[in-house]
Amino acid sequence: MPTEQWNDIGGKFHPASAPDYLPLEQLRQVQLQRLQAIVQRAYKYVPLTRSRMEQRDLTPAAIRSLEDITQLPFTVKADLRDTYPFGLFASPMQEIVRLHASSGTTGKPIVVAYTKEDIEVWTSVMVRSFAACGLHQGDIVQNSYGYGLFTGGLGAHYGAEALGATVIPMSGGNTDRQIMIMKDFGVTAICCTPSYFIHLIERAGELGVNLNQLPLRAGIFGAEPWSESMRQYIQENSNITAYDIYGLSEIVGPGVAIECSAHSGLHIFEDHFYPEIIDPQTGEVLPDGREGELVLTTLSKKAMPILRYRTRDITTLTRETCACGRTLCRFLRVGRRSDDMFIIRGINVFPSQIEHALLQVEGTLPHYLIVLTREKGLDQMEVQVEVTPEFFSDTVSVLESLHERITNAIEQVIGLRVNVRLVEPHTIQRSEGKAKRVVDQRKM
Amino acid sequence: MKLNQLSVFLENKPGQLKKACDLLAKEQINIQTLSMADTRQFGILRLLMKEWERAKAVLEAEGFVVKATEVLALEVSDRPGGLADILGPIEAAGLNVEYMYAFAILRGVGADAKAALIFRFSDPDAALASLKAAGVNVLSGVDLFN
Repeated sequence: MPTEQWNDIGGKFHPASAPDYLPLEQLRQVQLQRLQAIVQRAYKYVPLTRSRMEQRDLTPAAIRSLEDITQLPFTVKADLRDTYPFGLFASPMQEIVRLHASSGTTGKPIVVAYTKEDIEVWTSVMVRSFAACGLHQGDIVQNSYGYGLFTGGLGAHYGAEALGATVIPMSGGNTDRQIMIMKDFGVTAICCTPSYFIHLIERAGELGVNLNQLPLRAGIFGAEPWSESMRQYIQENSNITAYDIYGLSEIVGPGVAIECSAHSGLHIFEDHFYPEIIDPQTGEVLPDGREGELVLTTLSKKAMPILRYRTRDITTLTRETCACGRTLCRFLRVGRRSDDMFIIRGINVFPSQIEHALLQVEGTLPHYLIVLTREKGLDQMEVQVEVTPEFFSDTVSVLESLHERITNAIEQVIGLRVNVRLVEPHTIQRSEGKAKRVVDQRKM
Repeated sequence: MKLNQLSVFLENKPGQLKKACDLLAKEQINIQTLSMADTRQFGILRLLMKEWERAKAVLEAEGFVVKATEVLALEVSDRPGGLADILGPIEAAGLNVEYMYAFAILRGVGADAKAALIFRFSDPDAALASLKAAGVNVLSGVDLFN
């Protein structure tokens, strides 16, 4: 039986992708209807939302147009923590079919809930995501996102299955086994964090496995911010196309937005997730094209409607027509988060800036770690950089010059001369989830 | 004859040199001579041994960054002016010395006593040709390791 190749190549698209191409007028109508319904639902069933709206003398009737959303209060991560575990649920437990929770690195985790319908919506946006990356029936998808409380694993799993692809539920870790299965099973697509895939490339090299010669052709990478240069490195060293997928548990999990083959920003599935960009300092809504914090409202989530959630991700929104034909708006890849930023001696620094400097000097991205300490009241920043065989020289002067060039490049970017330390390879801990770039040892 | 020297990157922190040496000891690899170049930031351990290929594999397997570099071992007379005699032809040929260190051997006694010096030239091949032409005794691995 011939396999129907549903994908976005050659003008055919997966039936689930139809809403990606809705005429704008129709899309706005859908959004407004859903927004009105979700505000009604949150007002009725979520005490926190109700009390905040009442403080502002707002009732759901105030939402007459999409622009009226700006009157609604924001939701922040602390709200989810403060109402732990079930305080923001709008459905009784009988209707909730699944719970997920964040890793909870800062105290209690945050808990998110799904009704059966919510899971269906989530699966559909994941199908649309994979279809946008050109995946279809017949693809063998290695899902290396962690399975469990984290939304990445199960989200990608059910999406790929619903698309009709063959799913290998690998989960994270056990790198050598990942490489063996990728090779032996003829894996054509992989889902994991971009930093873990770079680790896979490295390890495959050590094991003598040439990723370029495997059938692997696409990587769907997310769960952490990554740069265009990381994409280049991945594509050059594994002969795949790397797609950026965006999502967060508070909204649904992966599948909030996806890059299409045009690779010019990520399409937000705005029929389910309504985006705004705000000034992170003032909370004021910014016009399209201005950089600011992404704010998302779940338009169809039953179990846990979230209004105007502050994602802390810094990006820019564009509604210009995309080459792929989707009418969905796009945001530029998230290179940084407003909470990744750290302040050293009064200067705002993002890890992506250090990354940029290292790439300039070495051409590829070495493993690095930023360590912040405080000595005699003065903040110190050290950047540890692993020495790679390509850059190791047996003469002191060559290494000193590398050290000097890195120090200068960082100074150029952030305007501060920091301590750079060349360290032996593999001494910086590899992550199998989100890469840890900053260790802050300052006692505040 | 050119020799293969191993250079190992070491972080400037306690225990790093021992870690590398312990590995080689465990594999029964004998180090003939070594030199350490160090800065405040890091060190480069340079090793000469007979089984350099095996040593390289052992160190790399444990995650060390190792580079094989071609060096020349030059015989010098163990007397005042012995080194100066060697440096004459090097200077005359316009050879660039990146670094050098002494090899711990001593052969012969009295006026015949000989020592060896290890030289890293920018261009080992050119150095080998001009030194041979100048009559300098360039030692082989057999001379040094047996």
